[in-house]
Amino acid sequence: MSLRGKAAIVGAALAGCGEAHGKSSMEITIEAAYGALADAGIALGEVDAIATCQPLDMLSGLTLAQELGLNPKFTMNNRMGGSSFLSHTLWAAMLLELRLADTVLICYGSNQRTASGKLMTALGLPTYEAPYKPMFPLSSYALAADRHMTQFGTTREQLADVAVAARAWAQKNPEAFIRDPLTREDVIASRLVSDPLRVRDCCLVTDGGGAIVMRRAETAKDHPKPPVYLLGGGEGTTHRDISEMADLTVTGAAQSGAAAMTMAGVKPADIDVVQLYDAFTINVILFLEDLGFCKKGEGGAFVENGGIAPGGHLPVNTNGGGLSCVHPGMYGIFTLVEAVRQLRGEAGDRQIAGAELALAHGNGGVLSSQVTNILGTDTAL
Amino acid sequence: MAVITLDSEMTDLKNGPGPDAVFAAKLAEGVFEIQKCGGCGAYIFHPRVICPTCGSANLGWITPTGHGTVYARTIVRRKPERGGDYNVVLVDLDEGVRMMSRVDGIANEEIVAGLKVTAAIGEGADGEPAVVFRPEGGAL
Ligand SMILES: [Zn+2]
Repeated sequence: MSLRGKAAIVGAALAGCGEAHGKSSMEITIEAAYGALADAGIALGEVDAIATCQPLDMLSGLTLAQELGLNPKFTMNNRMGGSSFLSHTLWAAMLLELRLADTVLICYGSNQRTASGKLMTALGLPTYEAPYKPMFPLSSYALAADRHMTQFGTTREQLADVAVAARAWAQKNPEAFIRDPLTREDVIASRLVSDPLRVRDCCLVTDGGGAIVMRRAETAKDHPKPPVYLLGGGEGTTHRDISEMADLTVTGAAQSGAAAMTMAGVKPADIDVVQLYDAFTINVILFLEDLGFCKKGEGGAFVENGGIAPGGHLPVNTNGGGLSCVHPGMYGIFTLVEAVRQLRGEAGDRQIAGAELALAHGNGGVLSSQVTNILGTDTAL
Repeated sequence: MAVITLDSEMTDLKNGPGPDAVFAAKLAEGVFEIQKCGGCGAYIFHPRVICPTCGSANLGWITPTGHGTVYARTIVRRKPERGGDYNVVLVDLDEGVRMMSRVDGIANEEIVAGLKVTAAIGEGADGEPAVVFRPEGGAL
């Protein structure tokens, strides 16, 4: 039994992206949830399973039920960091396929920019890392970048080109938070934070929320928008703390991507548009390699000179990504919403013509959790 | 994984104090030890209750050689008035285990992957005892 094509996303929405003054994280979440339900033409009362993960509220699933005024059959509060929502879709598909639920709402919101101006997290440093005061989570990614550069000769310029590509896509997206021009030289001249990573290697700190609604494929066409089918999914959890990651150049995306593509029956070359969790520039290089879009060690060359920018050989993070569009702390839901928009043909100036297959990939912790979803239009079924 | 004989392993698991507390107590006395698995012989850091290689709870403590190699390095950039820059490294001990640490006695920029280092007991960020490293043959 496979989950391929058994469930579909029938509604999707964003809310409060950028700055959502005077709003709490849950208020942004509810706004996104309502937007997704309106997009799907589904009444709130039809929702019988919910999933969320919030920055500071450890029981956010319960808070969500309370604030929606629902008594759901299933409440998912899986906390794996920013990848959580791409795991929620897999559990949602299982609930739907087993007919344990009929309408699953997956949503998220965070007010971290206007509330604190920095990453809001309930996490402290691990016991055996705390004495050395690494920046959380930045220094963990910096160590991975350092190792990739040492081992494969990945260059400072190649890291910069990831941020430059994200900005070029953001310039095509009116909803993106930062749309000023950005050059390779700008990135390399930006302030060092934790070597080799500089300010422009790091994601934004914004507010924002997103939501999707999932139903069984058999009823997915009874909604205003074209359904986006979940064709494959997979997870990989390799560690929690960066000091426990066996090889800093190989992430769990190798496992999650292979599982997702096997389920979907596709290979990397079939994918039309890719949404990767780009908390830092190095992430994109690692995930492109581990997901099989290029060989291990060749990610730097793959992204160089506009490789993943508009007009490049693979469209990656077409909304501008966490680097230039939105990053409220857990970016995963935004990879799904942008994939939906591309597959519906709703992406405006940044639309990838004829996109039928999209890959959305979430990262959680410090390269710790990797979750891949393959999504497709009805022509890809 | 090897077959675990539950009776003996459960005895090991029930014995206290736990490995975190044992490690901390040793470190407070200026002693750096890591675990070795009685089941498969693997060396283990950080301290745990079961071996991540074979699942055995029969773990003992040994003194590592203290020799290691820098696997990756970052420099946390901080204004001089807030204490200035400092390095954070991952070191692979010769026993095959990895740990986060700091290398003292060398300029941050000169610490690169492959640098041979030796362990010592130094101080962590809050003055607590912590395992730090210095370049092999160098003075701390
Ligand atoms: Zn063992």
